[in-house]
Amino acid sequence: MVGENSLKIENLVATAGIGCHGKISDYLNVNTFNSLHGRAVASAQGIKAGNPDLNVVVFTGDGDSFSEGLNHLLHAAQNNTDIAVFLHKNDVFGLTTGQATPLSPKGFKGPTTPTGSIDEPMNPLEIVLASGATFVARTYAGDMAETTRIMKAAMTHKGFAFVEIIQPCITYFDTREHFKNAVEHMPAETQATNDLGAALAKVREQSEKIPLGIFYQTQKPTFEEQVV
Amino acid sequence: MNNEKFYTVGIGGAAGDGIREAGLHLAMMLHQLGYYTFLSFDHPSLIRGGHNYSRISFSKEKVWCDHTKLDVLIAVNSETVKLHEKELSDNGVIVVEESYLDETKEVAAKTIPVPFSVLTEEQKAVPIARTSVALGIFSFITGIPFEKMRELVQKSFEESKVEMNLGLAENGFRYAEEKAVAKWTEGLSLGERNDATEIVDGNEAVGKGLLASKLNFFIAYPMTPASSVLHFLAKEAVAREDLKTIQPEDEIGAINMAIGVAYSGKRTAIGTATGGFALMQEAFSFAGMSETPLVAVVSQRPGPATGVPTGTSQGDLKFLVNSGHGEFPRLVIAPGDAEEAYYTGALALDLSWKYQIPSIVLLDKQLSESAQTVLFEPNKIAHEEAKSWNDDGKPYARYRDTEDGVSPLAFPGTPNAVVKLTSYEHDEEGISTETPELVTKMIDKRFKKRDILMKEVSKYETMKIYGDTSADILVIFWGSTKGAVLEAAKYLTKPVKLIQVLWMEPFDTARIKNELQSARMIVDIEGNHDAQLVSLLREKNNISPTHTILQYNSKPFDPVELAAKINALIA
Repeated sequence: MVGENSLKIENLVATAGIGCHGKISDYLNVNTFNSLHGRAVASAQGIKAGNPDLNVVVFTGDGDSFSEGLNHLLHAAQNNTDIAVFLHKNDVFGLTTGQATPLSPKGFKGPTTPTGSIDEPMNPLEIVLASGATFVARTYAGDMAETTRIMKAAMTHKGFAFVEIIQPCITYFDTREHFKNAVEHMPAETQATNDLGAALAKVREQSEKIPLGIFYQTQKPTFEEQVV
Repeated sequence: MNNEKFYTVGIGGAAGDGIREAGLHLAMMLHQLGYYTFLSFDHPSLIRGGHNYSRISFSKEKVWCDHTKLDVLIAVNSETVKLHEKELSDNGVIVVEESYLDETKEVAAKTIPVPFSVLTEEQKAVPIARTSVALGIFSFITGIPFEKMRELVQKSFEESKVEMNLGLAENGFRYAEEKAVAKWTEGLSLGERNDATEIVDGNEAVGKGLLASKLNFFIAYPMTPASSVLHFLAKEAVAREDLKTIQPEDEIGAINMAIGVAYSGKRTAIGTATGGFALMQEAFSFAGMSETPLVAVVSQRPGPATGVPTGTSQGDLKFLVNSGHGEFPRLVIAPGDAEEAYYTGALALDLSWKYQIPSIVLLDKQLSESAQTVLFEPNKIAHEEAKSWNDDGKPYARYRDTEDGVSPLAFPGTPNAVVKLTSYEHDEEGISTETPELVTKMIDKRFKKRDILMKEVSKYETMKIYGDTSADILVIFWGSTKGAVLEAAKYLTKPVKLIQVLWMEPFDTARIKNELQSARMIVDIEGNHDAQLVSLLREKNNISPTHTILQYNSKPFDPVELAAKINALIA
């Protein structure tokens, strides 16, 4: 977007929480805000409210947004705050050495669940859709081109955008081989529907392969337009 | 003793009877007559029922807090009479709803029965407004002429509410006139109000102070007794372009959003009660690590935990001074009344930006919710500037070490500046670090700011001295206890020097040493169990008060009782 001149680099702000995902703050030569664990979304909401001209994105992880910080995520979605949230979904707490997360598959064996976790995993896309997100998508880190396209769409979307990026943890839960054949792109014409019912049904679908693409997109007044 | 005549009126009823509003309106009427007033509001944690009690003390000389002994009691229900009849002075009278007369037989001699509900229905007004009938009765029995009363009511109510309340007050006045109700033996002197003073409570005062220092954002989750700071600012924000308020999902969201807003360049404050501030601890620490300018208005109530939500307390001094894990400088100031809350709000915001540290304006229920005559003079506020970045061609480093430890500020959106803020320990550019030398250097950098602030501390009013400055008997106190102490001072039998500590962190050790060193008796007075100011005095100055007067029953000190306790010690 910077290369295409649709975004000035100084207007980009990336927040991140605490986790392996959070290290991104040190790797990018852009404005970054490395928040507390679970608070990256709340921070982003504040930054955008303070200066709505900024393009604010959030990098977050399983623990950051589905454990510690779930409350802030849901409310930001409800508010339709104009930020793009990128979930580094790896189904493990990497930085604290491999525990199960609310997104891990049932039966996951880790240091805190030696006999296997008891919970069915939460469905991130279903949860944010139900909370009012106006752009919901999934992509796989192994497909750089598609991931780039979707991240850009999320960043240009006006309103709360959420992208689940399947991003296997090569140290604690290496599912790269599995995911090579476990994902498929949704047909282009079915993507980005603004039919919430259809989108919810699609994200809940138990299909052979995990669908990738934009599940839902709609326009609603944003938090900043109404409050700031 | 007071040189001027001093009166107290109590207004009681159940929650839902408009008792607080009635108190405020009466206070405003008295204010118009030229009286200093102090209004307190005692109420349980209920929306309906219970006993709500507004109490106003007023005089032509300054009133620091309200007294218990009543000259007039206005009772909207019989419970109010039962609870307060013993507090009536010898010449005191009770204005009570007529239908409760049977229950108030014992005090019949002092009673003025008034059919509030009937008189209210006659005006086709809502029952909650019946206290305005009492304003008319009060005016009659205190010798305020009818036309003057009309003028006072008109000036004391919001325009849209004047007509209804005027009608009720007139009804009350005429009723008292027709029944030839005995005037209360003391008449009021009818002065005029010609200055810029107003009646404001502590929460509104701190809101106004923040606005005087160009507050842009206020973010808060409601919690008693701090909620009305947000209510006041939310209302102000409607007509102002430069002010926004947000009520987020919880306190943790509030403070984290606020740090984000400050990072984007806007002047921000948050408000909560001490329990809510407990939730904010990690993020307060984040403000310290990230060097974010942030003001937290924190109002104390009795804890621990949910405690007594509508009570008052000074039990959190050490908690607030030591807030946030890790070591980092912060500013903690405890104003003693609404006027000081105004100036403290303004100062805290400016100093937060000047030093890039978080600051706390420490209140309590008694200060937050009591309203009094104040004079706010915005031109008395000396504004301090923040250090901003001038693009010198070198890469911007958010945490550049400098002689005074304060880094030049640039905000995201500034060309050529990459602004990195972080909760991790970091280098000057804001990149995480684990290098021991850098860890030490950055901690030293942050503490340099405290050193500078300590050097400048004598420029500020870190404490106030009252009473006999040459006395060797000293009373030391802080926060809203100021009101009770300064009222009590009018009754002391020996010369006493009174010291109010305002700045809790940094502590003005030099001035404290100066003022306390020649005392032969030091009495510490505070509303907590562990005498927390004593702890600070010992830690910072190695000075131990000789006596303490402590109270932690969730109510404010009573000035007359307090005077008796002090006199017993100094006899």
